Amino acid sequence: MTTTAPDLKKPRGKKRGGGVLGNTGLYLATGVAALLFLIPFYLIVRNALMTDPEITGENWKWFPTDIQWGNITEPFKDETVDFGRALWNSWVVAVLHTSGILLICSLAGYGLARIPYKHANKVFYGVLVTLMIPTAVTFVPSFVLVSSLGWVDTYRGLIIPGLFSGFTCFLFRQYFLGFPKELEEAARVDGLSYWGAYWRVVVPNSLNFFAAMATITFISGWNSFLWPLVIGQDPSAWTIQVALSAYMTNQTVNYHLIFMSTAISILPLVLVFLFLQRWLVQGIAQTGIKG
Amino acid sequence: MSTTTKIDLANPAPAKPEKARPRRGLRANATLNFWLFTGPFLIGLIVFVFVPMGWSIYLSFFEARFTVSPSSFIGFDNYRAILDNPDFTGALVTFTVFAAFIVPTTWALSLGLALLVHRIRFMKAFFRSVFFLPTAVSYVAAALIWKMSIFNGVRFGMANTVIGWFGFENVAWLANPDPPWYWLVIVTLRLWLQAGFYMILFLAALQNIPAELYEAAAIDGAKPGWQTFRYITLPQLRATSTAVILLLLIAAYQAFDEFWNLLSKATWGQPPLVELYKTALGENQDYGQGSAGAVILTLLILIITLFQGKIMGFGRGEEAK
Repeated sequence: MTTTAPDLKKPRGKKRGGGVLGNTGLYLATGVAALLFLIPFYLIVRNALMTDPEITGENWKWFPTDIQWGNITEPFKDETVDFGRALWNSWVVAVLHTSGILLICSLAGYGLARIPYKHANKVFYGVLVTLMIPTAVTFVPSFVLVSSLGWVDTYRGLIIPGLFSGFTCFLFRQYFLGFPKELEEAARVDGLSYWGAYWRVVVPNSLNFFAAMATITFISGWNSFLWPLVIGQDPSAWTIQVALSAYMTNQTVNYHLIFMSTAISILPLVLVFLFLQRWLVQGIAQTGIKG
Repeated sequence: MSTTTKIDLANPAPAKPEKARPRRGLRANATLNFWLFTGPFLIGLIVFVFVPMGWSIYLSFFEARFTVSPSSFIGFDNYRAILDNPDFTGALVTFTVFAAFIVPTTWALSLGLALLVHRIRFMKAFFRSVFFLPTAVSYVAAALIWKMSIFNGVRFGMANTVIGWFGFENVAWLANPDPPWYWLVIVTLRLWLQAGFYMILFLAALQNIPAELYEAAAIDGAKPGWQTFRYITLPQLRATSTAVILLLLIAAYQAFDEFWNLLSKATWGQPPLVELYKTALGENQDYGQGSAGAVILTLLILIITLFQGKIMGFGRGEEAK
């Protein structure tokens, strides 16, 4: 392990973190790793703001001679791929995907965790069975169903089949099992029904968890590729990921345009990450497993 | 409060209340409410998960080309055909090679990053964000950066520029299976993209190791550094490590996006899901054979998952490790 290397050479006492040398090695290793991790982001910005002759030029240029701000509008003018449409589709799909999953799976998770129905356990086993099989592996049967419903190339086809996530339901159930019972009981004493207690007491007191789940779900919705590729047979139904993929197989390669499109596609998520990182990290740490 | 929810598959906590509710009428009320809360989800689960799977199993025994309604019963012919297809069995080999590369490297890198971030004080949040940020990027976008900029086979690709400074010739990273440089492209991409995610899991686990353990070790004369790492940190992380390794394995099994985009025109390096896509949605649109392939891949992942359950000791709780 790189961290321990400085300590190996010169063990310095019992204090963790070592002395000046240990710390220097530690920060050096972290700094180098961080620089390597930032290279791809740097390349997106560099290529997005350069001209093609500069990108493909004889000598490597670290920064554009003149920053090409005009590149920003180019993806929207491109005639081979309807980038604006794809961007809009991605927003619609990711937002509806996230709100749908949160609504449906949180209700089910609460029902399974807290409503004393005698067969609740059997129902829960039915949900657990679906956890064993990742949805990606079943895209063929799902496509068969969706195409028989005539949902190919529609928002319905892109969104609805993904809303019934056994995993999200499972995570909500686990969360609600740990929700303080006293709060709900107080609400029930005040005469609220299960439904009323859920919306007026449980949800308002669980906003942190909802935020964490929303962030994780939004990211996976925005970034998903296989299902939109299967459903989006017609370019009008492409999401931004399918559009980016199409750029890579295009006949003519237009570097600055491709990288500007990539930058635009990544921007919302980078913002989500930077501003909602607290919830995201908390959510991942709490649920242990991915979204 | 533990920071990780234990996945308690074998003994799900009872949904019924420990103490009987004091008020009357609640039980009938409960049945109705249960279905009110879970109904929409369960209906969707049946329609969009169970029905397609059942249909797919049914379809796998029929001739179904260019149509999703079966034409004639052919028994196990679809299974025989797809298992005889060298592309499909080759895909399973590709997965094995890929897993052999990506699982240990991601494990080591994410653990290494977690140890770094855990120990530094200055700009801790900044470094954590830097390593975590790639998780925001889609595999498609990452594939684009890797293919068009870093590992572009032409002279102005970044990797070729860098090796050019040391006097090496250009390498066609993706366009040539021999030597198989494409593995370097694929593995570095996934490493970059997912290491930060697993780093977060390791960080959470590192924070849960009691400080007394290190103090006791110091009193016993253990040197900080390798010794404490080997005899305290690593064993304390065992549960997380096992979980991470098996998650990585399942994620590798489902790899599609980056292979599809990096090797779109190639015949080599095709993982199972790409082959499945080509069978069911490619030129032949053979849904019968595609369904058979889906059933086979599902059974394989089930075996991996059950094996995982066994190793992770679902239901035994963390103290039983």
